[in-house]
Amino acid sequence: MTRMTGRWSIVRLAVAAVMFAVAPLLIAQAPYEATMGLVAKIVYFHVPVWFMMFLAIFVCGISSGIYLFRERPAADRLAVSAAELAVLFGAMGLTTGPLWARVSWGAWWVWDVRLTLALILEMTFVAYLLLRKYGGPGSDKLSAGLALFGMFNVPIVYVSVNVWRTLHPSTTVVPTLGASMAGPFWWCVLAFLALFLVMLEGRRRLADQEAELDRLRLAYDEEY
Amino acid sequence: MREVLRVAWLVLRKDIRVESRSREVLYTTTFFATSCVLVFSFAFVRSGRPVEGAESGIVWVALAYAGQLALGRAFERELHHDALRGLLLAPVERGAIFAGKLLGIVLLMALVEVVVVFFVALFFSTPFFAHPFLFVGLLAAGTIGFAGVGALFAAMLARAQSRAVLLPVLLYPITVPVLIAGVNGTLALIQADPNLDLARFWLALILFFDAVFLTLAFWTFEPLMTE
Repeated sequence: MTRMTGRWSIVRLAVAAVMFAVAPLLIAQAPYEATMGLVAKIVYFHVPVWFMMFLAIFVCGISSGIYLFRERPAADRLAVSAAELAVLFGAMGLTTGPLWARVSWGAWWVWDVRLTLALILEMTFVAYLLLRKYGGPGSDKLSAGLALFGMFNVPIVYVSVNVWRTLHPSTTVVPTLGASMAGPFWWCVLAFLALFLVMLEGRRRLADQEAELDRLRLAYDEEY
Repeated sequence: MREVLRVAWLVLRKDIRVESRSREVLYTTTFFATSCVLVFSFAFVRSGRPVEGAESGIVWVALAYAGQLALGRAFERELHHDALRGLLLAPVERGAIFAGKLLGIVLLMALVEVVVVFFVALFFSTPFFAHPFLFVGLLAAGTIGFAGVGALFAAMLARAQSRAVLLPVLLYPITVPVLIAGVNGTLALIQADPNLDLARFWLALILFFDAVFLTLAFWTFEPLMTE
């Protein structure tokens, strides 16, 4: 069973690697965006990274809900794995965003509402990890509560763009990309999704093994 | 429902009685909030005049800081003689216990707000009450949202390690949207040409946050407080 899982992991990793190898070729062939030119090509990296952060937050939030109300330890292990990925992809988004902003808006950071709330989401999941690390016994349940709150913040982040008219490109940018740009864009999204799944599975397996090790240690202590 | 309200009232009455005997949290948080106003005045007063619109931020940030202090203390008290365990072991709805604690914190924050708003209005000559209903509505809705999330987090952290440090770490990322709406709503009311529609919009937004946050808080209190 473990060998089969290992093989599937290698297959998934290979798929992600091939997709990432092909992505630069597709991005290079895609036409320049009319107003921002070359710099707009960061959209192929920046936006998929945010998609993965949102996905990680939803996985973490839903798993946390299952852990909180059904008390399934496996759901908690999936939640903590997803929380780490949310922080990782959030950090990537918060690094690439200012690079783009510097050229487009002339400042590394602009206190636009979506940027601010993206920062808040990142901080929420950093808080989740801090709570797990320093909260002591029982912090798994507490962090599950926090993750649920964090998840319910996400739709507010997304809707906020349309409610508060801000500097940020509106959410209608992605659906209106031309076919020549939409192809490479969605390819990149799928490449990041493949990477996300590989990383989530790898981290979850590590968490499973840690839990098994703890169980064996406890069993050993009880016996001797 | 009547039983829930009765238990919430009993918990609230207990908290009021405990507080009325020492007045520790009320005095310390009020003093702390006033200190915040003073400190902010060093940053936001230029040539004897406040920076335009700074009063709104000063009020809300002072309230958030004072509220955080009150939240931590409200549940720390319950740790003496294992009172929290006793409260949770009572054969009543846990949501009712949460409601009682929440009402106590909202009441305390309301008292602090009276003092903070008075001092900011006095020091900065701010016309907070040009539109009293909207202003009080913003404050009330913001306080309930902030205290709702805060009471849940403070309760669940009561038994955790490093709780004093972790409460603000958890509280602000979640409640910052309420604070943004509160600051901007108040700003829309106190500016030279008040924008009532904008203030109403921010009030509606805080009410939406309140509905989401309070539903979540009542929903998760039971499993979160189960050891």
